[in-house]
Amino acid sequence: MKISEVPQDDIKIMHGERKAVYAVDDQGRYTKTTTRGWEAEEIVLVQVIGDFEEKAQECAKRLRNGETSPIEYFMYKSWLDPLTLAQAMGLSRWQVKRHLKPGVFKKLDNDTLAEYARIFRISIDTLRNFPGEE
Amino acid sequence: MAELKQLEHRQYAHCESGVVTALLKRHGLDLSEPMVFGITGGLTFAYLPFIKMTNMPIISYRMLPGSIIKGAEKNLPITFKTTRYREKGKAQAELTHLIDRGEIVGLQTSVYWLPYFPPEMRFQFNAHNLIVYGREGDEFLVSDPVFEHTVRIKAEDLQNARFARGTLAPKGFMYYPLMVGNSIDMRKVIRKSITRTVRMMLYAPVPFIGVKGIHYMAKKIERLKTHSELKYIRLFLGHIVRMQEEIGTGGGGFRFMYAAFLQEAAAILKSPQLEEASRMMTVAGDTWRQFALACAKACKRKEDIDVVGIAQLAKSCADQEKRVYSHLKSMKSNHAS
Repeated sequence: MKISEVPQDDIKIMHGERKAVYAVDDQGRYTKTTTRGWEAEEIVLVQVIGDFEEKAQECAKRLRNGETSPIEYFMYKSWLDPLTLAQAMGLSRWQVKRHLKPGVFKKLDNDTLAEYARIFRISIDTLRNFPGEE
Repeated sequence: MAELKQLEHRQYAHCESGVVTALLKRHGLDLSEPMVFGITGGLTFAYLPFIKMTNMPIISYRMLPGSIIKGAEKNLPITFKTTRYREKGKAQAELTHLIDRGEIVGLQTSVYWLPYFPPEMRFQFNAHNLIVYGREGDEFLVSDPVFEHTVRIKAEDLQNARFARGTLAPKGFMYYPLMVGNSIDMRKVIRKSITRTVRMMLYAPVPFIGVKGIHYMAKKIERLKTHSELKYIRLFLGHIVRMQEEIGTGGGGFRFMYAAFLQEAAAILKSPQLEEASRMMTVAGDTWRQFALACAKACKRKEDIDVVGIAQLAKSCADQEKRVYSHLKSMKSNHAS
């Protein structure tokens, strides 16, 4: 990659930051230069975030119908899947799947709820009372 | 041992090679990032179907986290103090103690918990390396090698980042050089490291590592042809690019960094053949960029994704890399010195 070919697509996800990359100058010598991001990385990042967002919206419907627990909703909101969430919690996948049942969720102890809330980066009350009164 | 230098924040292309380069500089060993990456044997290709990240296989273009530190110890007269922790409290106490004593340390962290990262990048990626160089009250001063400027982080956030669980969990991993020697026979170290990388890329005993690994991935892509769900195909291709574009590598980033290493090595060994190998590796990097772009474009398509064409591009990457390693191997056998 020549310095002139280093992508400078000013992608939103970099928020004006620049990254360092190695590229060759006119004499064919490698130098460290910077990039303002590449369209390709933005496409795939926006895609995966969009996928999680879609799952969260679909989950919100089921939540209103009392078919799942807020844990599933916040899982997608935090861009986690059941396996990654289970690992982050130090639990097995089936334990997390159980916690997605509204009945089981209501009986969860404080410590477990607090740990979920920590991982979702929200307060324990938000988690417990979600979606709350609308 | 040389006098310790002030840490000078610089931006690097990759977190672990960046942290190790910066720590060595502080201890008086002035190597470039590509040189550190090259001689520690940082380059690889690995398609790991059994280790998952967001439920997709890990595809790595560089060695597993921690291997640059290990590689530095193995190939250079350097000793690192490395610690993993079971107790969070002890980890923080020791970090605080070291920092207050004026030490500068590297830490493995999870991007998910680093508030200074752009929000869109804060996924559960547990192998990000950064340097802590100071403390002001409840905040640690951080030199993160993939950022242009230094940043700060609250002790609580750093704790979360150091003890994130899951794939490649950092377990509080902390490291800093104890001893850095400076009598190094660079020619010998370079030759040895190239031989090792070539051997792994050409002759790994498993089908998912090295050049074979790239073909393995190409086959997986080809097989998407029969997958009924277009959405899954798009997510899979997107995942491949995300693994390739992983923070701070910019396209075939690790290939370009290795090409930079080969060029520097060519100058040290006065070898036109190494210079040629560097150019060939640049072509490999460019091919990887084409591949990534093709995957990304496919992600935007609503219908008929040409998975065979994309797989073909992956095979071109494999072929070009094979040329590089074969060239490196052939020059080694003609080279008695």
